[in-house]
Amino acid sequence: MSLATREAFNGFRRSPVLSVLSIMTIAFSLYAFGLFGLVALNIRAALAQVEDRVEIRAFVADGTTAEATSTAAGDIGAFPEVQSVTFVTSEEALERARKDLGEFSDVFEAGILPASLDVQLKPGFRDPATVKSVADRLKTYDFADDVRYGEEWVQKLYRIRNIATLAGIVLGLAFAGVAVIIIGSTIRMAVLARAREIAIMRLVGATDGFIRSPFLIDGAVKGTLGGVLALALTWVSFSLITRFVITAQFFDVRLVIAGVAAGAVLGFIGSALSVSRHLRNV
Amino acid sequence: MIRFTRVTKEFPRTGVALREVSFHVARGEFVFLTGPSGAGKSTILKLCYLDARPDAGEVRVAGTSSVAIRGNDVPKLRRKLGVIFQNFRLLEDRTVEANIGFALEVTGAPADSIAPKVARLLTQVGLASKATAFPSELSGGEQQRVAIARALANDPVLVIADEPTGNLDERATRGVFQLLRDINAAGTTIVMATHDLDLVKRADCRTLELNHGSLVFDSGAPVLGIAPRAEGST
Repeated sequence: MSLATREAFNGFRRSPVLSVLSIMTIAFSLYAFGLFGLVALNIRAALAQVEDRVEIRAFVADGTTAEATSTAAGDIGAFPEVQSVTFVTSEEALERARKDLGEFSDVFEAGILPASLDVQLKPGFRDPATVKSVADRLKTYDFADDVRYGEEWVQKLYRIRNIATLAGIVLGLAFAGVAVIIIGSTIRMAVLARAREIAIMRLVGATDGFIRSPFLIDGAVKGTLGGVLALALTWVSFSLITRFVITAQFFDVRLVIAGVAAGAVLGFIGSALSVSRHLRNV
Repeated sequence: MIRFTRVTKEFPRTGVALREVSFHVARGEFVFLTGPSGAGKSTILKLCYLDARPDAGEVRVAGTSSVAIRGNDVPKLRRKLGVIFQNFRLLEDRTVEANIGFALEVTGAPADSIAPKVARLLTQVGLASKATAFPSELSGGEQQRVAIARALANDPVLVIADEPTGNLDERATRGVFQLLRDINAAGTTIVMATHDLDLVKRADCRTLELNHGSLVFDSGAPVLGIAPRAEGST
């Protein structure tokens, strides 16, 4: 084992309470981040499901021939954004409305609902701007009596998703900042505790890189352990929520590895920022 | 080995520590630095191992100039030097051999070379039987010998000693001083700051005397006959 690694582990041995405390604090920071990440992940998954239902409905004007409707459907189906075009007859529309309304199904009478072309968009083309652009093009067709796509609803959906993403980024950065500050403080204490050794190392000609390395290893190891602990806590919380509240989905393996690696990187960065600053004072 | 050319050093809190000091120490010399407290002895030593940089003038040590050296090259210079202090500066939680081995490890010595070298150094300073003792179990004189062994770990060309006998009784002082003379006799240049004027008188070595940051006396080099006099000192 190299001296740097040994010294890093000696740091744990010399001040076990401080080391455990710093790992716990990092773990709780990352745990909060993990919990929010879990919420964000599930919101996004739910939104993705809802997003699948985004469609544009072009109502067919009275007197439009079946041939004209069919030609228009073929034409619209060739739009690059369009996944599918379904012709819904007046009867089918009535059937669908009755099914959706359940006990109020008898409010509709035959012939009251117009036939329509229901246009599904490809994934990646379901944002408000694209939906509006396709809807505007549909309005230019003669067959189209009216075109609806739940404009407000689509925009609201995207707003929720954007807010969730933004909140995730802001909170994630805030927690990352807290983790860096905490690691920085523990490293500062470690630097002060080892001031005598550092002074001797400098005196006999150890390079700055060599002097820094145990602290960087120390920070990265604490970050990793904090990440693993945070992962365990997040998993326990997830299990309890799934069991007692709502079925949710957990991070996949890549995200789990990325989460623990983020702990290591945070530990390393916190360490690097702190050690450079405090070594000057030793 | 050491050349100070019109060196001035000022500290923000304490003011001028050295004022236009010039002198030269040749390879193989044993030089005392004397003078009252605050005269500038420790500042000269710090400038020698570049723990401080001159505000004006130039310090050349072992071929390295304070003017030209980059921060990254300071460790390279320090590996050519050994530094000893009055308070020993040993690591209390490590054994004698670990303290000496530490200096070798942190400078990248091959792992298999460390143990034999530590054993040789301990024999050289007369502490072979104390290898596994902790500093707190040793007398002051013994602790200073450990510090000397550590200073010798990287085979320095120059040993800088800042009041190495300041905390020792007379018997220990004699022992440590004799050890330094032996090291000097083997070819290592030694610069030693001291308050102990009896030691200086008995030793018959070149003496540089400082007062208020100025070099006020240089006895020359009686043994080597090189006569390196003060240059432009005030």
